[in-house]
Amino acid sequence: MLSRTAAELYWLSRYLERAENTARMLDVAWNMSLIPFSVTARDELSTPLEISGAKELYAQRYGTLQVHNVLHFFTFDQDNPGSIYNSLRVARENAHAVRGKITSEMWESINTTWIELQEMSSAGLLSIGVSTFFDWVKQRSHLFRGAAYGTIMRNDAFRFLRIGTFIERADNTARILGGREHVDVTPGNTAVEFYRWNALLRSVGAFEAYREIYSDSLQYDHIVELLILRAEVPRSLRSCVEMLCELLPTIEGNAGLNAKRQAAVLFARLQYGDIHHIMDVGVNEYLNDFLRRINELADTLRREYLEVV
Amino acid sequence: MFPAKLPGNRIFDEMLLADGRVREHYATYWDWLNKRPPEEMERKRREAELLFHRVGITFAVYGESRGTERLIPFDCLPRVIPATEWAWLEKGIRQRVQAMNLFLHDIYHDQNIIKAGRVPAEQIFRNAHYQPCMQDVSLPNDVYAHISGVDLIRDDKGEWYVLEDNLRTPSGVSYMIENRRMMMRLFPELFSGNRVEPVDHYPSLLLETLQQGSHVSHPNVVLLTPGRYNSAYFEHAFLAQQMGIELVEGPDLFVKDSHVYMRTTAGPQRVDVIYRRIDDDYLDPLAFRQDSMLGVPGLLSVYRDGNVSIANAIGTGVADDKSVYPFVPEMIRFYLDEEPLLKNVPTWSCRNQQDLGYVLEHLPELVVKEVHGAGGYGMLVGPLSTREQIAQFRERLVARPDNYIAQPTLSLSTCPIFTETGITPRHIDLRPFVLSGREIRMVPGGLTRVAMQEGSLVVNSSQGGGTKDTWVLEAPSC
Repeated sequence: MLSRTAAELYWLSRYLERAENTARMLDVAWNMSLIPFSVTARDELSTPLEISGAKELYAQRYGTLQVHNVLHFFTFDQDNPGSIYNSLRVARENAHAVRGKITSEMWESINTTWIELQEMSSAGLLSIGVSTFFDWVKQRSHLFRGAAYGTIMRNDAFRFLRIGTFIERADNTARILGGREHVDVTPGNTAVEFYRWNALLRSVGAFEAYREIYSDSLQYDHIVELLILRAEVPRSLRSCVEMLCELLPTIEGNAGLNAKRQAAVLFARLQYGDIHHIMDVGVNEYLNDFLRRINELADTLRREYLEVV
Repeated sequence: MFPAKLPGNRIFDEMLLADGRVREHYATYWDWLNKRPPEEMERKRREAELLFHRVGITFAVYGESRGTERLIPFDCLPRVIPATEWAWLEKGIRQRVQAMNLFLHDIYHDQNIIKAGRVPAEQIFRNAHYQPCMQDVSLPNDVYAHISGVDLIRDDKGEWYVLEDNLRTPSGVSYMIENRRMMMRLFPELFSGNRVEPVDHYPSLLLETLQQGSHVSHPNVVLLTPGRYNSAYFEHAFLAQQMGIELVEGPDLFVKDSHVYMRTTAGPQRVDVIYRRIDDDYLDPLAFRQDSMLGVPGLLSVYRDGNVSIANAIGTGVADDKSVYPFVPEMIRFYLDEEPLLKNVPTWSCRNQQDLGYVLEHLPELVVKEVHGAGGYGMLVGPLSTREQIAQFRERLVARPDNYIAQPTLSLSTCPIFTETGITPRHIDLRPFVLSGREIRMVPGGLTRVAMQEGSLVVNSSQGGGTKDTWVLEAPSC
């Protein structure tokens, strides 16, 4: 496969995943802002800004933290490179560039998303309904993934699409979890803490999984284990890296030696990881190391497959 | 009964006779249409628009903000050509394309036609599209124009004329295919009741033609596009997908050891045939325009060594220049020793003092075009222009007469379209596509372009033109 094509597919799915993750994060922030604990609400508003590294840009454009400004900033703000609008725009542009390599169902799915997004953008978030919009973003992301899963050939196009998804998802889960350690109290003790951790789990769609696996009140080390080490949770770091490890060796040709090795090393660390060890090292420490490694892997992918010179 | 309007001014209409009756080859369609409820056509039109939008069959418009995409208006009333008429047309087109390929080979080898005094030397050697670097380069099957799109029009008597030959990178074939698919989706019953010649196999004919353009036995064929902001990007992606070949941009290719390679995730892979949708000027910054970011440095030298095939060949443009166009009938006589079947539109070359004088006197009646122009840009349609527009154009013409040719304003035939006010006539042309490999092959019909504005003669999509499905129709056997 052409390196440029592989890169377009990879970024297409990364940006789509990013749009979905932003919607998940914001949906939770929005719901929290409706709960009458003012402290929590402020935290939940600033968390997305911290996680996406957009705090300064936001401050320049809007000044103080206001729920509707934060929502606009992350949804339809065309001057925020991290807004859902821009993520979907770039995803669709990438799809446009490789429309010959994806199925017509996939193209029509993402093109329709883009057409509808423009209509929504002019209608405005409030008239659509905040949660309705976030649900829509998630649905459109699911729809594209389903169309891809159901229609595209199992070739390198499919693999690079999935690699993009899992790199972005792993990065996102690590950032969401890492943004919270400063609130270092036993979760679940107070109502505030309960909602805080509840929100985190919901933003990665893992609240039900927690209940099912631990059938216990929310505890910090359980949450950490769930989102880092558990193989059953589709957005855990382990699950994401396991998929990368499965995908990379199936790419045609013999390129990507370093990428394959880095992915395998990273997977071994998770597969044989130990929650006690993570707690001893410190969750933030551990996650920072993980982020460094996953971004190194992304960089190696770029050099070995996507931007070969 | 749908009321259908005749075009005024004794203009030839494809569907209606001068007395308002429907022509024989439209009879079955017309009967079918009149059994439809009147609101159905409007519903189908909206459905088609929605589908085209969703599928993203759009084109980018230059001069508007980056990435602006528009739909090409599609009209669901087909343009019908009887099979017998098509057979004659096809013969004339083949004759023309064959002669032009022979001409190109001659120009870049022995130049017999110039020696024989049938085409003036300066007409060739001073032509911007003439490429001296192609002298004595031999090409597989001696083919230069692998793909051509010959534009045909009809005058008020229904006589066919060739308007342009389009031998460089003619576009529109994807709309021909998509229009047919759309019609079959909207009106399947029409196709069981009429024997319409299929066009869907064009991409496989194209792939075979490209493969035949190479000496390699299983050549790796790629389509080279300027990228997603090009107006015809949809077509590039469409054709690459339909043929199952890679769609590449210049930076995806590189030259090493006198071969062309593409950068892939599994390392460099050799490229044998390039179907380029980029003009000569941009193909190789080392040989042509140095500022081109679209091409491949070193491509020309690989091409001259015979290690890569390019379709259409470099230098083909010299034959489809508007100032060379008047000589095509002469080429047919010279190379084939036949009389041309298809007529040329009478053309005044403004570089000739005598012709220029005539043109300047008759500007309000004539169509004046730039010699190297395309896409309906930079032209004057005298009868439809204001006095100021004509005065402005006159200045440009006098400043650079050799840059212009002029032709009488042909009426162009009309074909009815569906509009909000009913079925009304619009001017149309026809672009059949011709593939030249070991032999010449065509799919029946081509792309019918429609000037969507009442009275307008400009059918180019960049100027708001639309398209129709084109049927080559066998007469009912009963």
